[in-house]
Amino acid sequence: MGDRIQQAEMAPKVMGLRERKPVLKPNVLAVLLLSVLLIGGLAATDLAASAYVQRVVIGLGISIILVVSLNLSNGFTGIFSLGHVGFMAIGAYTAAILTLPVSLKQVNLPDLPAWLGRLELPFLPATLIGGLLAMLIAFLVGLSLMRLSGPYVSVATLGFLVIVQVVLVNWDQVTRGARTFSGVPPHTTLWWVWGWAGLTVYVIWRLARSAYGRQMMAIRDNEIAAQALGINVMRSRLLAFCISAFFTAVAGSLWAHFIMSFSPKSFYFAQTFSIITMLVVGGMGSVSGSVIGTGFVTLLSELLRNAERGINLGFLQIPPIYGASQILMAVIFVLVIVFWPKGLLGERELNFERLWGRLRREEASDRHG
Amino acid sequence: MTFIQFLLQQAINAISIGSLYALMAIGLAMVFGILRLINFAHGDLIMVGSYTALLMLVAGAPFWAAGLVGIIASALAGLIMERVAYRPIRGAPDVAMLLTSFAVTIFLENFAVLLFSPTPRPFPAPAILGTALQFGQLRVASVDVVAIIVAGVLLVLLTFFITRTEVGVSMRAASQDLLAARLMGINVNRVIAAAFAIGSMLAGVVGLLWSVRVGKIDPLMGFYPVLKAFVASVIGGLGSLPGAVLGGYVLGILEILLQGLLPSSLTPFRDAFVFVILIILLLFRPNGILGTTEREKI
Amino acid sequence: MLKLENVHVYYGHVHALKGITIEVRQGELVALLGANGAGKSTTLMTISGLLRPRSGSITYDGHDLTRADPYDIVGLGAIQCPEGRRIFGGLTVQENLLMGAVRRRDRQAVRQDLDWVCSLFPVLGQRLRQTGATLSGGEQQMLAIGRALMARPKLLMLDEPSLGLAPLIVQAIFDVIRQLHEQGVTILLVEQNARQALQVADRGYLLETGRVMLSGLVTELYANPEVERFYLGGAA
Repeated sequence: MGDRIQQAEMAPKVMGLRERKPVLKPNVLAVLLLSVLLIGGLAATDLAASAYVQRVVIGLGISIILVVSLNLSNGFTGIFSLGHVGFMAIGAYTAAILTLPVSLKQVNLPDLPAWLGRLELPFLPATLIGGLLAMLIAFLVGLSLMRLSGPYVSVATLGFLVIVQVVLVNWDQVTRGARTFSGVPPHTTLWWVWGWAGLTVYVIWRLARSAYGRQMMAIRDNEIAAQALGINVMRSRLLAFCISAFFTAVAGSLWAHFIMSFSPKSFYFAQTFSIITMLVVGGMGSVSGSVIGTGFVTLLSELLRNAERGINLGFLQIPPIYGASQILMAVIFVLVIVFWPKGLLGERELNFERLWGRLRREEASDRHG
Repeated sequence: MTFIQFLLQQAINAISIGSLYALMAIGLAMVFGILRLINFAHGDLIMVGSYTALLMLVAGAPFWAAGLVGIIASALAGLIMERVAYRPIRGAPDVAMLLTSFAVTIFLENFAVLLFSPTPRPFPAPAILGTALQFGQLRVASVDVVAIIVAGVLLVLLTFFITRTEVGVSMRAASQDLLAARLMGINVNRVIAAAFAIGSMLAGVVGLLWSVRVGKIDPLMGFYPVLKAFVASVIGGLGSLPGAVLGGYVLGILEILLQGLLPSSLTPFRDAFVFVILIILLLFRPNGILGTTEREKI
Repeated sequence: MLKLENVHVYYGHVHALKGITIEVRQGELVALLGANGAGKSTTLMTISGLLRPRSGSITYDGHDLTRADPYDIVGLGAIQCPEGRRIFGGLTVQENLLMGAVRRRDRQAVRQDLDWVCSLFPVLGQRLRQTGATLSGGEQQMLAIGRALMARPKLLMLDEPSLGLAPLIVQAIFDVIRQLHEQGVTILLVEQNARQALQVADRGYLLETGRVMLSGLVTELYANPEVERFYLGGAA
């Protein structure tokens, strides 16, 4: 009976899928406007803002790529992957190894195979190779994982993360093992990051709105019904998994060339949790939600991190509590899950037409009231 | 040492560590069976128990008392966790519950780092547990023997509990069909609390034995054990109690086997191999060895 | 004894029960009929407290059940035998039956009731140590009813006891239902098999898409040509 109760709730959702309206004029206008504002804002930041602000904005862009691509797999297909940071690591290490100047390679990675040791690639090809490698691995891993469901797939992806970690820590010749991988050339700029972010958001947005997207959401909502409708569950899931792995790896490369030195530990649970927090706050299943959620959480954690160093309010002095921001983020996370389980936007996208319509209705009622 | 003796030694090693995994996995399986919750924070219960025991030891308490208090502390922590973090989200989608347990674990770990500093602290083992027993050419750590015996006793007690007591049978019923159980008038809150309490107590026991085995404790110590417990539970079939026990021992044996069979260049990759084997297993038995192959009912 | 007044129940946005008013008096056997999806099971789930009505009221034996918890409702003696049997497959027949009595405190009487249920359904007595999953469909249905009886119900709610069972077994089960009715147990019977249901019932309600379309004594329902056409298989 419980299953029937669940199913009845699915009914309107499945029906709603076919009624999804195409993007109308106000939305297109709004997107164009926002893009112009964004480019202007980025230019201003590039020229005038402090190094600190620039760093935050770059970090924000990278987080957006990570969260939106995770949303593709978690929010849209319902495969809750806990191991995506593994792809980030693959992207980071691959690209970094490829862009590392040959001279540094000889010093830091003396045991690299000869052909690799002589190679030094520019940023974009290295990033792309990292992304493609991750995509290939996602395909291979996905072949076995996509057949699983529910908690099993989550634990299996967690296993993937552990495998990546173990390989990174032990494959000394290529990764420097547990030691810091440093000397990565600082190729990442504001424009690279936000360029990729824009591409990621666009691709995933289009995917979500396409026939593939509808298939994925049907699978997420009711796998058995989707199969009955003839949707190839395996193929849809695998596609989503691979595409999301690609962009996650790209983000990894961007991050590696931003932070310039890292170790396997940078790609483990703390990173996983922070990405998932942003995803949940924004709403799984909403691309615009992911963007907004990421922004919100980034802002909040920056504020908290500053507060960690101690707050001097004149009459009140709060001493520095390192690690407090992590604890607070965890508490906030639980609060969000309890009170707003769907996140800020849930599964709906930011719809300017609706906002516009609501504003005009309020205006009208003001005049009559 | 003859080959037989070597095998025996490794077997005891495997069964001892398998026992610890099995006890951990039972705690996870109990909670998962009823609530469909994967409790990542289960590992941190080990940490809570061990640190509490350490504080008692430092204060001069005898080991048995410190251990007992540690186990009780774990149980209490588990109950508080249930009441504060998991009860409010009962009925939420599985994903939400999984993520909340993630959040709880981050909270506990960071809190412990704040309180105790991230550096590991030595855990003084009492004389009987610290020695090694000698059987001819065979050398066995006494803590291993104790672990096996303790696990055996606990498993017997647990079997008695779930087959002969009302709360135990209710727990099994609830994990098979929660809706039907509620229709019987089962006190769901009490059954869930019992599952958490027992699972957490078991974690406390594992924590003590683990701390003695390793010799030191640190705030993040629960991480690997809970991961192993997951793997064990998944191997045996999530939610199944006999599956958890089976999975625990299979994992213990698998680890020791790989340790012995892998060439020395590959031994650091042992954990990766374990996960690869897990994934391969899931390909053939998507619900674990003892998990139901029952298809989802429409 | 049981009265539902103008009960509205929603599953999310779906309006499943649209103002149901139903009454079951002490000692009666009332049938709740209707096609699939009419809202019959939803009604029972609401009475049992697993679903909460958005409006309307449910009174039982003087108590207001509208916002009550299943734990309390079972404590008051309103017991449901759910659709699809839902026995505990991994538990033995005996454990299943004892689970039915989990809310009771009188050990001695529980033991007696176990014997009584086994006398009603001898096949259960033979299979006490077997696990529920090894039973046939008919045996599982008997187990489910037996389990509900172990709670000593004042109001017994049966949800589609004949579903998926061979006619011979259905007959046996309805004989037991008739027996219980004669012994004075108040019964609310949900059934798609209208013919069987009307043979044992005193009164009936006909549900359609969440509303009560018809109600009355069994003789009245039999005479109604709508019922005849749609639910009893056409003109004789």
